[in-house]
Order: sequence, then C-alpha cells, then structure tokens
Amino acid sequence: MTADTRRRSLFLVGFAVVALVIAGALSYLADPNPDGLDTATLDGCEVVETDAGEELVGDCIARNAQDHDLAASPLADYAVDGDDRFTGLAGVLGVVVTLVIAGGLFWLLRKRPHRE
Amino acid sequence: MVVSASTAMHMSDGLINAPVSVIFAGVAVAGLAAALVGARRDLDDRTAPMAGLVAAFVFATQMLNFPILPGVSGHLLGGALAAILVGPWVGALCVGIVLAVQALVFADGGLTALGANVTNMALIGVAAGFGTAMLLRPLAARGRTGLMIVCFVAAFVNTVVASAGFILQFALGGDAAFSLGAVAGSVLGLHCLIGIGEGVITALTVGAVAAARPDLVHLLRGRSAPLELRDAPVATPKESTA
Repeated sequence: MTADTRRRSLFLVGFAVVALVIAGALSYLADPNPDGLDTATLDGCEVVETDAGEELVGDCIARNAQDHDLAASPLADYAVDGDDRFTGLAGVLGVVVTLVIAGGLFWLLRKRPHRE
Repeated sequence: MVVSASTAMHMSDGLINAPVSVIFAGVAVAGLAAALVGARRDLDDRTAPMAGLVAAFVFATQMLNFPILPGVSGHLLGGALAAILVGPWVGALCVGIVLAVQALVFADGGLTALGANVTNMALIGVAAGFGTAMLLRPLAARGRTGLMIVCFVAAFVNTVVASAGFILQFALGGDAAFSLGAVAGSVLGLHCLIGIGEGVITALTVGAVAAARPDLVHLLRGRSAPLELRDAPVATPKESTA
C-alpha cells in the first residue's frame, strides 16, 4: 500500500465517520417543521391533532396526498417501529444501506486497470 | 388523511395523477439508464469508493432539516454536491439511489411519485447544478474561495430548478382546482431560501474535500485527463488569500 493510498483510505474513513455522525447524532437536531414542498402543499390547511394522528382541515393540495404504501414498515419516517427516539439508529442504518448499494454498484461499474 | 409532515421530505403519492406519474417514471428510468452508461467513464478504483460515500453522505445530510422561515424547514437535495464531487452521471445515480432507499426503506417519498422525485432531484437538479458549475469552472480553478463560490451558486440553482420540476409535474397532472401561479410562487420562493442553505452546505463540504483531497473533486479534474501516476505532485489550486 503506497503512502498515497493510505492517506486516501484515511480520508474516506473520515468521510464515512462524518456521514455516520450526521445521520446518527446531528439528525436529532433537525428542524421538525414541514419542508418547503410540504409547506407549499399544506397552504390553506390547518393541521389538527386527533386521536388517529394529525388531520388536515381546510383546502390544500396535501389533502390529495395518500399515506405511504410502506408507512407500516419498521424504519418508516426515520424511526424504529414508530419510535422517534431511535432516529439516530435509523439514520445509521440508512447510511450503511445506501453505502452498500451505491458503493457496490459503483465498484462493479468501475473501469478495471489493464494489465500491462 | 393522516399526515406525518414532520419527517416526510419528498413528494407523496396522490399529488400528481397516475398518467403523469407514469410518464415521469419513464423519464427517471431513461435518465438513470443513461447515467449508468455515462458513469462507467468516471469510475475507477479511486473514485468508486468515494462515490459510494458521497451517496451515503447525501442520505445523511438530507436528514438534517434546517429552518428557513418560522414553521418551515428545508433540507439538502444534494444534486450539485454529488455532481461536483463525482461527476454528473455518477452524481445522478447517487441521488437516485438515496431517493430509492428513502422511498423503499423509510417510507419517505411516495412509490408512484418516485419517478417524479427522481426526475426532479437526481436528473433536473444534477443537470442544472453541474451545468452551472461547468459554466463557472474557470472561477473554481482559481482557488478554494472561487471553488466554494461556484459550489454555492451551483447548489442554489440546483435547488430552485429542481423545485421547478415539481411545478411542471403539478401543471401537467396536479389538482386543477388550485391556482398554478400560487403554487409556483410558493414553491419557488421557499426553494430560493432552501437553496441558500443548500449552497452553504455544498460549499462547506466541497471546500473541505478540496482542502484534503483535491484529486477527489471531479470538477477540478480535466474532463478526460488520464489518471496520472501518483509520483507526480497533485495539482493544488492557488490560494486566493495568499
């Protein structure tokens, strides 16, 4: 392993750690308010708390929105079985899954060096 | 319906009708297929691991909603960030994979809306962001400050143009009872603010990568420059502060 390869590997490990810290820890600091797109689609509605959860009252585009088909899946909404306290764990799992899929695909796609 | 707006980050199902959703699913598949072909050129033993990490970093950073107005947040889309670091083809695949993982594993972003979400963020956003970065590339080559300015502008354009993709889809297949002009104004206005946050995150991230490993920043490499042997010193951009 050349010195450069070692330095590059070190950098990549550092980059991975940063992603894990963001998803695993900083994600708890995320602003819980709806994002720009949701805000635009919620325009005209009031979000009302009911026993069944939050409901939309009024006239807005988001009233056409359907619940997600996979809303009952274990990691839905970046929680673990609906428990927000595990957002960090869900985030870490997401980083790992994304890294495995993307990294695996890119590794398969890469140009192999020609044998001299 | 019951909403869980607080953790949803992308378009849900039902906002765009089925025919238009199908059209944009086709656009997304065609675009990602083209990206798969183009990506081969930019991936090698050095860049492939970096590209996997860029996808993971975009996933992580998308979780980090930041406030833009009282009661309104925004989050990184990541198209310009990924394209500047690993090239537009690989970058589109990075964002596409992130959106697929979010929709399929985290129930974020509807399944029938996935094509529209991919079109907006992985294709339109990447194209707009990378196109802007290429136009401003002479500035990026002048030093790290220049590079960071280019990243900010490219990321801002990426966010706003990607949000215009939603407006197009809404115009074609949305609920006609709502004024298109009002939706467009609100979506574009909010995404100008989100674009500022996207610009700051992109500039800081690419700036940090460029400080440590300028050879891993795609925008700083020659478009078709052969990979040089590593005993040659890595070209470092001139410090503009010097």
